Amino acid sequence: MLNGLHPKMIHSLFLINCSGDIFLEKHWKSVVSQSVCDYFFEAQEKAVDVENVPPVISTPHHYLISIYRDKIFFVSVIQTEVPPLFVIEFLHRVADTFQDYFGECSETAVKDNVVIVYELLEEMLDNGFPLATESNILKELIKPPTILRSVVNSITGSSNVGDTLPTGQLSNIPWRRAGVKYTNNEAYFDVIEEIDAIIDKSGSTVFAEIQGVIDSCIKLSGMPDLSLSFMNPRLLDDVSFHPCIRFKRWESERVLSFIPPDGNFRLISYRVSSQNLVAIPVYVKHMISFKENSSSGRFDVTIGPKQNMGKTVEGVVMTVHMPKAVLNMNLSSTQGNYTFDPVTKVLTWDVGKITPQKLPNLKGAVNLQSGAPKPEENPSLNIQFKIQQLAISGLKVNRLDMYGEKYKPFKGVKYITKAGKFQVRT
Amino acid sequence: MTVGKDVSALFPDVVNCMQTDNLELKKLVYLYLMNYAKSQPDMAIMAVNTFVKDCEDPNPLIRALAVRTMGCIRVDKITEYLCEPLRKCLKDEDPYVRKTAAVCVAKLHDINAQLVEDQGFLDTLKDLISDSNPMVVANAVAALSEIAESHPSSNLLDLNPQSINKLLTALNECTEWGQIFILDCLANYMPKDDREAQSICERVTPRLSHANSAVVLSAVKVLMKFMEMLSKDLDYYGTLLKKLAPPLVTLLSAEPELQYVALRNINLIVQKRPEILKHEMKVFFVKYNDPIYVKLEKLDIMIRLASQANIAQVLAELKEYATEVDVDFVRKAVRAIGRCAIKVEQSAERCVSTLLDLIQTKVNYVVQEAIVVIKDIFRKYPNKYESVIATLCENLDSLDEPEARAAMIWIVGEYAERIDNADELLESFLEGFHDESTQVQLQLLTAIVKLFLKKPTETQELVQQVLSLATQDSDNPDLRDRGYIYWRLLSTDPVAAKEVVLAEKPLISEETDLIEPTLLDELICYIGTLASVYHKPPSAFVEGSRGVVHKSLPPRTGSSESAESPDTAPSGVQAPEQPAVIPTQGDLLGDLLNLDLGPPVSGPPMATSSVQMGAVDLLGGGLDSLMGGGGGFAAPSAAAPATLGAPLSSGLGDLFDLTGGVGTLSGSYVAPKTVWLPAMKAKGLEISGTFSRQVGSISMDLVLTNKALQVMSDFAIQFNRNSFGLAPAAPLQVHAPLAPNQSVEISLPLNTVGSVMKMDPLNNLQVAVKNNIDVFYFSTLYPLHILFVEDGKMERQMFLATWKDIPNENEAQFQIKDCSLNADAVSSKLQGSNIFTIAKRNVEGQDMLYQSLKLTNGIWVLAELRIQPSNPSFTLSLKCRAPEVAPYVFQAYETVLKN
Repeated sequence: MLNGLHPKMIHSLFLINCSGDIFLEKHWKSVVSQSVCDYFFEAQEKAVDVENVPPVISTPHHYLISIYRDKIFFVSVIQTEVPPLFVIEFLHRVADTFQDYFGECSETAVKDNVVIVYELLEEMLDNGFPLATESNILKELIKPPTILRSVVNSITGSSNVGDTLPTGQLSNIPWRRAGVKYTNNEAYFDVIEEIDAIIDKSGSTVFAEIQGVIDSCIKLSGMPDLSLSFMNPRLLDDVSFHPCIRFKRWESERVLSFIPPDGNFRLISYRVSSQNLVAIPVYVKHMISFKENSSSGRFDVTIGPKQNMGKTVEGVVMTVHMPKAVLNMNLSSTQGNYTFDPVTKVLTWDVGKITPQKLPNLKGAVNLQSGAPKPEENPSLNIQFKIQQLAISGLKVNRLDMYGEKYKPFKGVKYITKAGKFQVRT
Repeated sequence: MTVGKDVSALFPDVVNCMQTDNLELKKLVYLYLMNYAKSQPDMAIMAVNTFVKDCEDPNPLIRALAVRTMGCIRVDKITEYLCEPLRKCLKDEDPYVRKTAAVCVAKLHDINAQLVEDQGFLDTLKDLISDSNPMVVANAVAALSEIAESHPSSNLLDLNPQSINKLLTALNECTEWGQIFILDCLANYMPKDDREAQSICERVTPRLSHANSAVVLSAVKVLMKFMEMLSKDLDYYGTLLKKLAPPLVTLLSAEPELQYVALRNINLIVQKRPEILKHEMKVFFVKYNDPIYVKLEKLDIMIRLASQANIAQVLAELKEYATEVDVDFVRKAVRAIGRCAIKVEQSAERCVSTLLDLIQTKVNYVVQEAIVVIKDIFRKYPNKYESVIATLCENLDSLDEPEARAAMIWIVGEYAERIDNADELLESFLEGFHDESTQVQLQLLTAIVKLFLKKPTETQELVQQVLSLATQDSDNPDLRDRGYIYWRLLSTDPVAAKEVVLAEKPLISEETDLIEPTLLDELICYIGTLASVYHKPPSAFVEGSRGVVHKSLPPRTGSSESAESPDTAPSGVQAPEQPAVIPTQGDLLGDLLNLDLGPPVSGPPMATSSVQMGAVDLLGGGLDSLMGGGGGFAAPSAAAPATLGAPLSSGLGDLFDLTGGVGTLSGSYVAPKTVWLPAMKAKGLEISGTFSRQVGSISMDLVLTNKALQVMSDFAIQFNRNSFGLAPAAPLQVHAPLAPNQSVEISLPLNTVGSVMKMDPLNNLQVAVKNNIDVFYFSTLYPLHILFVEDGKMERQMFLATWKDIPNENEAQFQIKDCSLNADAVSSKLQGSNIFTIAKRNVEGQDMLYQSLKLTNGIWVLAELRIQPSNPSFTLSLKCRAPEVAPYVFQAYETVLKN
């Protein structure tokens, strides 16, 4: 049978670092030679920037679907028609799991825990079908490493592989294990909103939307059944739910009703689109110019607060990719420090908190390569900021009720607004 | 895993550890087995016992682990021993074990498909679809889908409303990955009516809010497909459209890799149903730090969504992008501005002025790209924006890319009369003629000829120079041919030359890069798969896709809109095989055909001039060698149309019989039309047809359908030489140009005086059809009875003499099965198709019919038909001096008698 090797889904996985070393490979069926990665390296070379490597690459006999996360390429090899999103989602899940288990998803972490990594990969995929990808279930099958446990294991000779069937695996609520017990019962919700925006030269908004998530940390004993309601649920018209949420309840009553997973998880993510008038909390005044026929230019940027509902804008950082012709920048700032990397041409200005009385300003001269033509492109300013205690969309949690258990949990909601992809064109 | 070291030598030692109670150790041993069993097949037998034992372990985790590992050991000797444990596990009380076992069936099928079928595992797997546990259902579906993929014909996933209901119930409760399998499986189902489609849609919509983007996209696929069945007047249709937009937009806020796949799919969706995302233009605006592959896709979708309402915004964005750093992206942005101009007429002026602004920047690649698109704008809006030519000419020197140079030269030639120094400009290009690329050379040649026709007095020298450069000093046949054509045109008839060269050009069509509707419909069925990323059907690129099933959208069942196109076969049913098409081989052949595709040769071929004969010979020769080379090609073409006709004709044939009796006089049986040339293979032209014979004349009844986006005209037809000299007796008359989605019925009269060449099969006919787009080739089989002439009745005596005269080895016998007619009915039915009964005898209770027929080329065929009253099988004996026609005569008998 020529076509005998016919795995449905992911055939192999290679982990590759930025310098192009394959530091881990896992095959779920027959072994695929590392040389298949040459096609990937070729594409990587062509792409110049690591971020620009195309996620789907075809080779004569395989397809390579890859993601780039935390300076690692996860390259999967597939042989037949599969949904690429399926593969990409799965790869991100693998990266999430590493993060979850080892505290970071990095080459060192993977190398230090190589046995656990293989055990995890074996548990997550069977014959190309995802098997157990929920962190709760995995943790029952394979215990995460802790210093204490590794010491105990080496003394007692016991292993970090669980020998009972994970309870959540087959129940109707696979995300929760049975028999959870806490002395302090707590439920915390973080409403985190990120503003994605493009502001044009004149300061008007080309595009703006809010990407929101509610991340939860729930440590409740037993089988609690929670209902979370909002003051203004109609804001949420485009929502993605964690599987635990009862969709029907939401449809009819606009209440989030669910039996939560244990621990940290993302309850919902939502999008408030530009139609609903997204408030822009900062403004930028800028003057960046390059003089014709002289190797210099001017740079002058001021950042100020705007529509911030009386809250302080903090953690402000501006990064700018300056044109290639820029050799150096001689700037002075009224607040915070700036650095300019002459190799990558990235200017970073760490502003900190904005006080409306004294607006932060950064200005000075730009040195250009002599003889080079005046740069055509205008650099975009990338702004990061944070506003505590505010969900910029106005979303507010009304109340949290718990059914099914008798104890009284400690509840808390935190709001935070951040800049997502916030760009100012100049 | 073992850092590249081969540790297979340790096999016996490792297997010894298998019996351990330590789960971690057991797992590691299993892992080792999976990797090395293949290299030590004999030793691997040692492991069988433990597997069998572990499959009965009280701990379900161990049972599942054992069954999981078993399937991964690809050793033939072992697989047989594993059937019993697998059977037990499939019926295990613990769902965790059952779901693992379901996947194991797929693994085993991969190793030994026959074994799985013999052991009845497929049926067990089908039963698991009704399992009480959703996870088991999902895995059973996944396993069945995988098995079905390698056996497209087997009806494994036999979906019916009951099983669909079970799947929909499981959908709500299983894991995200299981949901993907179930949704992909649902997408292959064909609801029986629009109400069922709607109820499935209603139950699938909640999946659009899932956090897993693959689930969302699979749900989108199901909805996009079933939506096709819903009437547009339905309220629900509008609701569904509204519900589809937000999840698609949300996909764009995910990681860039997910965005890329989502964007490729959105590209298909906006082409199929632009209304879904028409208000969401802004989410496709490019951020400067998007990866380049995301940027390019977003740009593409922006243009597709551009309309009069949002064009100002789009243009402002595009102009912004044109000053970015990334060269590829900037080029595409400039090109996009041109495409906007062509797409949205009201914006053309603004686009042109934006392009001029960009030209002023003097950035080399921006200028070149802008000139290329301005040429297209001129072709869409002639005589409107010529004022910009002066600006363009200023940048002549900076053009170094062939495409831009060719575009500029085209502009100069086309508007030569308005450019004072056109001759100087063109002359400057001529200096380095030989170093230019072919594209530029061809364009320069044409431009100078145009210039000469417009300003003959002062440019004579120039035109002579270019003609001699092209014809004498060039090795390029295309250039030389074009040079000669112009030269002869100019020297024989300058007026005609003017008409040809300066003819009014057709306007370029609005969007040149849209996917053909038929392909688009197929791709919609593949949303979320690799096919949707590459915008090609899986058959085009997936290796080892054994007989990929072509999917198509379901026809709309709403009462008013039942105009379904013939190619929307129910999905899951293998689309009928298309007649083999002669591959388009080289343009040279096409060009030859082009020259010769005028009115067909009427009258005996001897009479035609020698020049024309040469051309015909060339054509014949070319096709011969083509067909000769592709021996494998002729074989399927023989079988396909015949098998195709049979099932289709049953229903339509009856209808035909009714009308046939009334409408036609002595018409022989006419088979229903079948598709000869599918639209996908002929740039949107679909040809279906059949052959008929009425009162002595043969005709080819064609339906030409335009499934492309542009108007088709200038049709012509030509046959290759064939066994009976069939040739068109009149040119193909299509009176008006064929608009998109229009079809026309034509009856093309045929005669049998064309050139003769024996074909294999004998009744194979190779046809070339030309239109303004291209030349297309296909071959078809004609039923032999269209060649049975009206004077085919032989004298009794003559018959007897001839029957004796023809040697016995020329006699061929056939069985006509399942025919319930009696002798008289048979006789009259055959007479309709010019098979004449000369005598009828009754011998020992059976009827013997003696019949004769004559072919157009004078070959007589004599027949003896034996009919037993109780037996539906007739025996047909044929005698003929050319015995090779016998099987085809038999086919004709069958066709006529059974319809």
